[in-house]
This record gives sequence, C-alpha cells and structure tokens, in this order.
Amino acid sequence: MTVVSVKALASVHRSVARSRRSRGLWLALLIAALVVLTILSVTIGTRDVAWAEIAAALGGAQETIGQAAIALRVPRTLLALLAGAALGLAGAIMQGVTRNPLADPGILGVNMGASLAVVIGVAWFGMASAQAYIWSAIAGAAGAALFVYTIGSLGRGGATPLKLALAGAATSVAFSSLVIAVVLPRGDIAGGIHAWQIGGVGGATYDRVLPVLPFLGIGFAISLLSARKLNSLALGDDVAAGLGEHVAAARAVASCGAILLCGATTAICGPIGFIGLMVPHLCRVLIGVDHRWLLPFSALGGAALLLAADILGRIVARPGELDVGIITALIGAPFFILIVRRQRVREL
Amino acid sequence: MQPTIERLALNRRRRTRRHRTAVLTLLILVGLLFGLTLSVGQSIVAPVDVLRILIGEPVAGASFTVGQLRLPRAGLAVLSGLCFGLGGAAFQIMLRNPLASPDIIGITSGAGAAAVFAIVVLQMSGPMVSLLAVGAGLGVAMLVYGLSFRNGVGGTRLILVGIGVSAMLQSVIATILSTAPSWSLQEAMRWLTGSVNGAQSQQALPLLLALGVFGGVLLSRARDLDALRLGDDTASALGVRVAQTRMVVIVCAVGMIAVATAVTGPIAFVAFLSGPIAARIVRANGSLLLPAALVGAILVLAGDYLGQVLLPSRYPVGVITGALGAPYLLFLIVRVNRTGGSL
Repeated sequence: MTVVSVKALASVHRSVARSRRSRGLWLALLIAALVVLTILSVTIGTRDVAWAEIAAALGGAQETIGQAAIALRVPRTLLALLAGAALGLAGAIMQGVTRNPLADPGILGVNMGASLAVVIGVAWFGMASAQAYIWSAIAGAAGAALFVYTIGSLGRGGATPLKLALAGAATSVAFSSLVIAVVLPRGDIAGGIHAWQIGGVGGATYDRVLPVLPFLGIGFAISLLSARKLNSLALGDDVAAGLGEHVAAARAVASCGAILLCGATTAICGPIGFIGLMVPHLCRVLIGVDHRWLLPFSALGGAALLLAADILGRIVARPGELDVGIITALIGAPFFILIVRRQRVREL
Repeated sequence: MQPTIERLALNRRRRTRRHRTAVLTLLILVGLLFGLTLSVGQSIVAPVDVLRILIGEPVAGASFTVGQLRLPRAGLAVLSGLCFGLGGAAFQIMLRNPLASPDIIGITSGAGAAAVFAIVVLQMSGPMVSLLAVGAGLGVAMLVYGLSFRNGVGGTRLILVGIGVSAMLQSVIATILSTAPSWSLQEAMRWLTGSVNGAQSQQALPLLLALGVFGGVLLSRARDLDALRLGDDTASALGVRVAQTRMVVIVCAVGMIAVATAVTGPIAFVAFLSGPIAARIVRANGSLLLPAALVGAILVLAGDYLGQVLLPSRYPVGVITGALGAPYLLFLIVRVNRTGGSL
C-alpha cells in the first residue's frame, strides 16, 4: 500500500512538474508568436514599406507616405493587441462564471448590448466624447449580460448551454434590429455606425485608444485577481461554498471585470465576436483548467488571435481590407459548431 | 355505442367548422390588409377607385401610385409572407420544435448569402438568383443536418449548430456587401433584414411558381406532416412513410423559403413566428399549414404597412418584424424554461 501510494505521489509530482515545464514552454511560444505577429502587423498592409523607412517611422519621422502608413499601423496594432487580450480574458471569465462552454461576449449578446447603448447615445443624445462612448457601452454590456443570464437561467436545470446560447442569440437579433431601427432614419450617422457595427480595429489613433486604457486596466486587474475564485466555482456551488467562498459575490466581481473589458473594447472596436469563445478552449487544451494560468494565457492568446485575424483581413482582400469582426466570425463559427458537436456539451 | 359515435362525429364536425372559421377569418384579414395597403398610404385612394384600377380602368392621379407602386408591393408582401409562413411552419412541425425554424437554423441566411453573391459578385438577376438560392438553402439544410448528426439528430444540437452556421453566413453576407463596388444602405438593408421596397410585378413570378409547386406538394402532405407531430414511431405505425415524407418536406419548405429570400431578403422572424401564432389560433382543430401561411402574409403586410405609413420614419419590413419577433422568441424561451418542458 505504502509503496503504491508513494509511487502514485511520485507520478503526480512528475506530472505536475511536467505540466509546469510545458506551461513555461507554451508561454514562451505564445510570447514569441505575439512578437512575430506584431512585427508582421507593422510591416504588412496595402502599401509595401521598406525596412529603412519602418525604422525611421518608428523613430518618429513622418516625411514620406510609407512612414505615415507605419504611423497608422502602430496604434492599430496596439489596439488589436489590447482588444484581443480583453476579449479573450472576458471569454474565459464568462465561461468560468457560467460554467458554460458556449459562453462568449458575442454569443451572449453582451457586445450587442454595448453597441445598442452606444448607438442610442449617438443618435438621441448627440454623444460625441470618448468617455461617454465608453460609459454607455459598459452600461449596455452590463444590462445585456444581466438580462441574458436572467432569461437563460430561469426554470429547471439553471443556465444550460442551450438556454444561454438561445437567449443570447435572440437578444442579439433583437438588439441589432433596434440598432438598425435607431440608425436608419439618420443618414448622417448611418455610414459611420455601420462601419463600426461590423467590428474592426482599422483607423485606430492614440487619441481614441488612450481614454479607454484606465477602464481596460481596471478590468484586467479585477479579472486576473478573480482566478482563485473561479477555480473554487469550477468545483460546483456547493463545494465552493463549503470551501468558504462567497459564491454570489465571487460571480458578481468576476462578471464586473468581464463586463468592463467587453464594454470598453466594444466602445472603440465595435462588437467583435468569437474571440472569447475560441481562445479559452484552445488554452484549456494547452495548459489545463487552472484559472490562475488559464486567464493570463487567454489574454495573451486573444491578443495573438485578434492580431492574426486583423493581418489576415489585410492580406486576403488586398488592396482593400476585411474588418476583423468578419474574419473572427468566419473562423469562430466553425469552432462553435465543433464545440457543440462534442458530446459533453453540458459539462465543463 | 351509438351515442359515442355520434359524439365523435359531432366533435369532428365542430373541429372542422372551427378550423374553417379560423382560416376564413385569416383570409379576410389578409384581404383587409391588402386593401388597406392599396388604398391608404401617403395619399388616400377611395376603395372604389382602387377596384376600378384593379380591373384595368385608368383613374386620374391614382393609377400610377396604386397600380405601379402599391400593387406590386402588396402582392410581393402577401406572396413572400405565404412562402415564409408555410415553409417555416412545415419545418417546425417536422422537427417538433418551434425553435427549429429556417431563420434560426441558418437556411434563410444561406439562401440570402447565395442571393447576395449571385447579385453582387456574379451580377445575375431573375430566376437564376432564385435557383442558386434554393440550391444554397438545400445545401445549408443538409450541412446543418449532417453536422448535428451524432447517434441521431438531437434537437438541441441541431439548433445550436444552426445558430453557428447562421452566424458564419451572416458574416459572409457582410463581407460581400462591404466589398461591393457600389454600396447603398437601402440595398444592404434588403439583404440584412429583408424588405419589399422597390417591388416590381415580375418579381412575383418565382414566388407564384414556388407557391404553386412546393406549396401545393406541402399542403397535399399536410396529413402525413400532422402525423409526424405524434413522433416518428407513431407516425410510421399510422402508415406514414417517415423518411420519404421528411425528405419531401425539407425540399419543399427550403425551396419556398429560399425563393422568398432571394426576392425580398430574409424578412426576420416571419418563418419563426407564423407557426406558433397559427397554433394559438386554430389550437388542435386541424392542420396548421394553411393558417400559418396566412399568418405569414398578415405579418409581412402589417409589418410593411407599419414601417411605411404608421411610423414617423420609413423602415423596411424586416426591421419591424425583427423588433417584434425577438421579444416573442425570448418570451417563448422564458415560458418553456418556466414549465420545464424540453425545447
């Protein structure tokens, strides 16, 4: 007996050590991928720019058209990284809080709620400042999240994946109808809103990105700090309560973080879907279910995925470009179907 | 024995009568809305004049408005509504699930994506667009069915797979529209939400054909379809060839939905709403198909009228039906969740 248990213990230790090593390896790979993607994102675009010019542009020169192009690509890349990290992290939090593999800010209608709030603010209240955009987007995201979760968790069985996904899809359709209804009579804002509505990081400037940074910062902090709570929640509400966790409070705090991230991202990029769905699932395959690792990995992975999607959008439609929201939906929807097809869709 | 049989016969007669009354009432409603669309718009044309225009007499100052603008529009609204209602209800009955309607499981988006591709990229028009849309609709139906097949098709999985496929096709539509050379909001709205703006009378032809062929076949199979509501085993015990019926229903329903989508765009939620509303009206008194088709026509007519005339600014019909239909979908989810029944 003793020998067996010692052996078992040793094997557990070995596997823990191995998973630690592999985590380190994946982390290094992910960071390397991020660096490569960042370089690609600055160099690839409609206009080919020579390396010398890129170097000059990064130094602050803006004399030639090429250098000006680079000066546009840098904030765009930064925004893609930030938005991707926020969405990936928000997706991981939502999947953890609802214990639902289909949870995603796009599918649950949270991003659509944020955009409805922004559109109403622009159309009816003449909202123009970045602060107003962000606050209304966050309010809309919070309202939508609460609404969808309430509807999805009514009745027997709580918030099952089907009920949540359906409630989210229905809410999304309703909100997008309302967005159209608000925008359509106003030709003056329709074009701009439509471009924003598809979801993209093109046209980013430092002026647009800066005001959102504090919100994202607070969102990242709250989200990353709730990793331990999510780990307890993953054991089930009863066990979590038994471990001394205040279940409802833990859910509320973590959700607040996710909503801040989604709302702030939607305010500048428009609703971008499926990043929050794909990234946590991929990261779980790589490094397991421990949220202390999963959350930062999801953030890094989201940043990489969104940036890659943005670069892809610039390559496939040259000399034009496809908005990143379209690319993520084209990649993400098959992924969604893949998860649905897996038999144990109810469990997580 | 005698009293029982008599009671049964009486009961049956009563149910048939109720069904007839329901259908008749719906028909009258369609007629009224049709007349309203023709006579009352930005300008009001007296019903007598409308009738004179309909039989071909020229009426000064109204012939163009009624004959060239309103008549094609109202006709298209009725025909597409019939197609959406009938096709949607057939799907819901066959899969025994109100959520399995073509606009939720992606068939409408498939037909819409094909139509947009045909019109914007291939620059086709007329019947070819409809054909392509039908092909794409069938393809998407097969795809969703195949993808959700795993030890039999689970209703839940089918709907979720459909939502995923639908999301993807929506972004295909968005892609094509955003790369289109001449991008107009009006045209984009048609393909994003559905509208009967700019209706022309020759557009009615594919719809009439679809209604005649596919709709006729569907209505002739109404009895088999009703038996399918009892479950596959019971239906086959009653002498229904389940697999064959299912195949026929899928082809016909998808055909109607796809043709209608190719003409008017995906008018949101009409296919989804018609069946449940018709079920509330006729209850268990008989086939749901004809009432559902009429309800579809009423929804499109009323939605279009609301969007054109009654609201302060003009909206395409799809925005109206979308804004009204989504709360009903939510209500349905809430009710099903409350009662704890399976979806």
